[in-house]
Amino acid sequence: MTDASSTPATAADDLVAEIGRLEDDARARVAAATTVGEVRAVETDTIGKRSALNALRKRLGSLDADGRRTVGKVLHGATEAVAAAVAERRAVLEAAERTEQLLAERLDLTEVLPGRPAGHLHLVTQAIQDLEDVFVGMGFTVAEGPEVETDWHNFGALNFPPDHPARDEYDTLYVNYRERGSTLLRTHTSPVQVRVMTGTPPPYYAVMPGRVFRSDTADATHMPVFHQIEGLVVDRDITFADLAGTIDAFTKAYFGGDFTSRLRASYFPFTEPSAEFDIQRPDGTWLELGGCGMVHPNVLTNCGLDPDEWQGFAFGFGIDRLAAARHGVDDLRDLFTNDIRFLTQF
Amino acid sequence: MKVLLSWLRDFAPIEGDPVALGEQLSDLGMAVEQLDLLGEGLDGVVVARVLATRPHPDADKIQLVDVDAGDGEALQIACGAFNMTPGDLVPLATVGTTMPDGMQIGRRKMRGEWSNGMLCSARELGLGADHAGIHILPEGLPVGVPFAEAMGIESDVLYDLEINPNRPDAMSVAGVARDLAARLGVPFSLPDPVVDEVAADRIGAVGVEVDAPDLCGRFTARVLRGARVGASDPAIARRLTLLGMRPINSLVDVSNYVMLELGQPNHPYDLAKVRGGGLRVRRARPGETMVTLDGIERTFIGDDLLICDGDDRPVGIAGIMGGAETEIDDSTTDVLLEMAWFLPIGIAKTSRRLRLRSEASARFEKGTDPEIIDLAHRRFAELVAPSGARLEAGAVDVRGELPERRPVRVRTGRLNRLLGTQLAAGDIASLLAPIGFQTSVVGDDTEVTVPSWRYDSSTEIDVVEEVARHHGYTAIGRRVPRSPHTGRLTERQRERRRLRSLLVGRGLSEAMPLPFLAPGDLERTGLPGDGIEIANPLVADESVLRTSLLPGLVKALATNAARRNTGVGLWEIGHVFRRPAADGAAGPLPDEREMLGVVLGGRDASEAVQEWWAVAEVLALRGVTIRNEALPGLHPTRSARLVGPAGEALGTVGEVDPLVLESHGIGERVGWVEVDLDVVADLPHDPHVYRPISIYPSSDIDLAFEVGDQVPASDVERALRAAAGERLASLRLFDVYRGPGIAEGRRSLAYRLRLDAADHTLTDDEVAEVRRRCIDAVEGELAATLRG
Repeated sequence: MTDASSTPATAADDLVAEIGRLEDDARARVAAATTVGEVRAVETDTIGKRSALNALRKRLGSLDADGRRTVGKVLHGATEAVAAAVAERRAVLEAAERTEQLLAERLDLTEVLPGRPAGHLHLVTQAIQDLEDVFVGMGFTVAEGPEVETDWHNFGALNFPPDHPARDEYDTLYVNYRERGSTLLRTHTSPVQVRVMTGTPPPYYAVMPGRVFRSDTADATHMPVFHQIEGLVVDRDITFADLAGTIDAFTKAYFGGDFTSRLRASYFPFTEPSAEFDIQRPDGTWLELGGCGMVHPNVLTNCGLDPDEWQGFAFGFGIDRLAAARHGVDDLRDLFTNDIRFLTQF
Repeated sequence: MKVLLSWLRDFAPIEGDPVALGEQLSDLGMAVEQLDLLGEGLDGVVVARVLATRPHPDADKIQLVDVDAGDGEALQIACGAFNMTPGDLVPLATVGTTMPDGMQIGRRKMRGEWSNGMLCSARELGLGADHAGIHILPEGLPVGVPFAEAMGIESDVLYDLEINPNRPDAMSVAGVARDLAARLGVPFSLPDPVVDEVAADRIGAVGVEVDAPDLCGRFTARVLRGARVGASDPAIARRLTLLGMRPINSLVDVSNYVMLELGQPNHPYDLAKVRGGGLRVRRARPGETMVTLDGIERTFIGDDLLICDGDDRPVGIAGIMGGAETEIDDSTTDVLLEMAWFLPIGIAKTSRRLRLRSEASARFEKGTDPEIIDLAHRRFAELVAPSGARLEAGAVDVRGELPERRPVRVRTGRLNRLLGTQLAAGDIASLLAPIGFQTSVVGDDTEVTVPSWRYDSSTEIDVVEEVARHHGYTAIGRRVPRSPHTGRLTERQRERRRLRSLLVGRGLSEAMPLPFLAPGDLERTGLPGDGIEIANPLVADESVLRTSLLPGLVKALATNAARRNTGVGLWEIGHVFRRPAADGAAGPLPDEREMLGVVLGGRDASEAVQEWWAVAEVLALRGVTIRNEALPGLHPTRSARLVGPAGEALGTVGEVDPLVLESHGIGERVGWVEVDLDVVADLPHDPHVYRPISIYPSSDIDLAFEVGDQVPASDVERALRAAAGERLASLRLFDVYRGPGIAEGRRSLAYRLRLDAADHTLTDDEVAEVRRRCIDAVEGELAATLRG
């Protein structure tokens, strides 16, 4: 202790001065850092374990208690201040870097290459599903049957005697299978009625959508293949009033509440009384939709039901023209051409 | 069936708005297909006579017609129709006329030639739908007078009605009037012609034999003497013309008139030409021939019924068409008039077999009224009287088997239970009486006698329909039945919808090819040509039923390719039709199956397999495998069978055969999947029982094996799955490598197995144990070695 300059007060002042210098230097370096990495390095360098500032702690021991307290506070303050500067600088630089990164990731979302777009259900399938849903909502089940049918299912059971002129209306396509004239492409979905009635016990509340066939030359309004949906309700006390009510309820459910329906007398071998049903659009115009009637007692008998015990109605109509008209398709052939530019419009 | 309002009014005082009357007709089951208000917009249309026709110098589709419009001068008209000959009377719209559709007729040049008006079709005059040519008018009309006046068109209404098979009564003007009068509540009566008969003379010599009483229920003949054949009464000619029949001569026209009015077809023979003095009704001899009025020689079979003369030579096909030899002509004076009742089904069969329909057969095959015949004879005589013909007293009337008309018991309770009405027996009687159904009350029920003009009606339900019709369908209330079932789709139907959603979600659109193929289509698609044929195809292109969805879908892609749409992915769920494998066990129907077919334009077999696995997942199939195999129609080294857990043939996957693609003009690879949905329906479906998800970290092991090309990767996978056992959470082939380091004819298959356990983190030892088992299994069971 011979050095005059080493009085306790002087030593403390020196340290404080050095702390100040180091702090200033550290702040300058923090401010000069241009990347988060540089800030991290400056932080280690200036206030890290091996930093000059930290090294000054060892020299606090040479001071008296008063000096230790004073200088220790300064040293702590300086370290804190540098740490704060570091944090502040890091935040600024991180934000800048994030911004830069996001800018670098910029995508023009209008220049994306097309992926695989969704496929489309066929117009007719959509219509069939919609119709099924409406009838399911009314408590019906959906029944199906084969497209190649026996003459008995397509005609005989449905009260078309052999050689009956009513058969002429159906332009039947027969297939070469078993006896000549025994097997045909079903001309309507009505044979499914027969299958339902012969296959399960009554009552029946079912609709039968499906593909049907006629010997018809394809043109804008006819196809040799088209689709129908048919309904069958047979129970103990189903009346003609139930038929009219069901047709009307369906009309409103499928077409809209502002559509109405009417029945006109008609003829089908498998129903009696028979009717055509028309629907009226809100603009007052009428559209002939399909045929219906009370299931003929002979049909019930042919299917093994006692017509004095079970009675009911059937109705049916074509789907393709309805679906086409709904979408403004004016040529039915388009439905079966399978041009992808057509299929993906619906 | 066309009817004129004025003609209906001959039988009943029918009044009202023509459109409203039309709605009543439709409501009664005689749907109005067309309604024409006659006589409107016809001012300026006159009767003109064609003087000459000649070609237009500069146009093929127009000719020049000189007509006399009443002043004796030739007036040139340019006309697009060619159905008139000099001498014909035609309607001419003169310059300045406004047509019923609003068109203005002016003097104008057509291709350089003046047209001083327009000759009109029936449609242009508002007289029906006929637009095939110029409406040729009946002879005898005065030239130059207004058309409406000449034709007696005074604001008449022409209805074209669609008559159903169960309405034989509505095949006559009188019958339509009866039905409409009943609806309107106005009286109806048939004419009661008063005819001064002359003493029987020639009728006595007319012999009639009916050899087929089962087919001919009644056959009558009367004689009219002293006819002078000429032009018809214009009133008769006009009505025939408006109803679509061309006037011919006074006798033939009356014949047609009586048929239209009363529904009784009839045949006037020139008595002088009937050999042997009589007629014989008999079945044809097989192979027998006759030339009908239309000049065509017809060949018969034993079920056809012929009218023959006394020498047993055919003079007509019963109820369908007469022969040329006994036709009425201008020299006819004495007429043998036949009116008969023929069994409808017999007429229908012959008419269909000969493809020969006539106004007569259309009526006979629905069932005519056997009791109208006497009246019809008198009506005929009344109408031909002005031409001098006199009806002889006496008639030949041979009765065969007529339909029995037993009273029908109609249960009031049943009727109301069917219709949802509360009609009393008295209501039923008053609804039926105006249409000729006689009723008497028997207890709670009604006994109904069906009129002779309703051949169709013979049972309780037939009468119920008549009651409903005349009560009015709209008068019956509306009620919505309550289904005792819960409406829902079946599992199969819901599965089909899930499948559709999946396919659409995968970017594939639903196609709908026709299920018909042309002969050779199957072979062109590489498939056996064993499709079931259509017996009576309309066109050869649609004469075979498909046995696979492949031809239709490939055609659909070809259509798209030809229109420069490539990379198209399509699918179809539809039926195919196959001959049953063993003929002995064949049921009444072919083997019809519901199939899913997918074509992937521009995508290869690997991608098809990916689509298949997506399908398998949504169908919840378990234990299905892919078995490489060359299959018809498919790329021989890029096709495989889809096989169910018990070996079921589930379908096929791969690529369409390049040769097939080439022949269809498709220039890209086409991936293919076909699934038999009927087989799928019978397979066990994954019940989707929850397998707990481990909360412990999983471990992955990667194993690469060098395997010969002939060993299917699925074998390696199966061995790995079996060896890894319950620890296996997932298995994935992540790399396939062929090339340096791997022997020719072999490849490296690298799998990543993720392992876990439900209750703990797997230890290194456990993982190592699974790894060892997997390696042992693959190397032990297959010609495979682990890569270092």
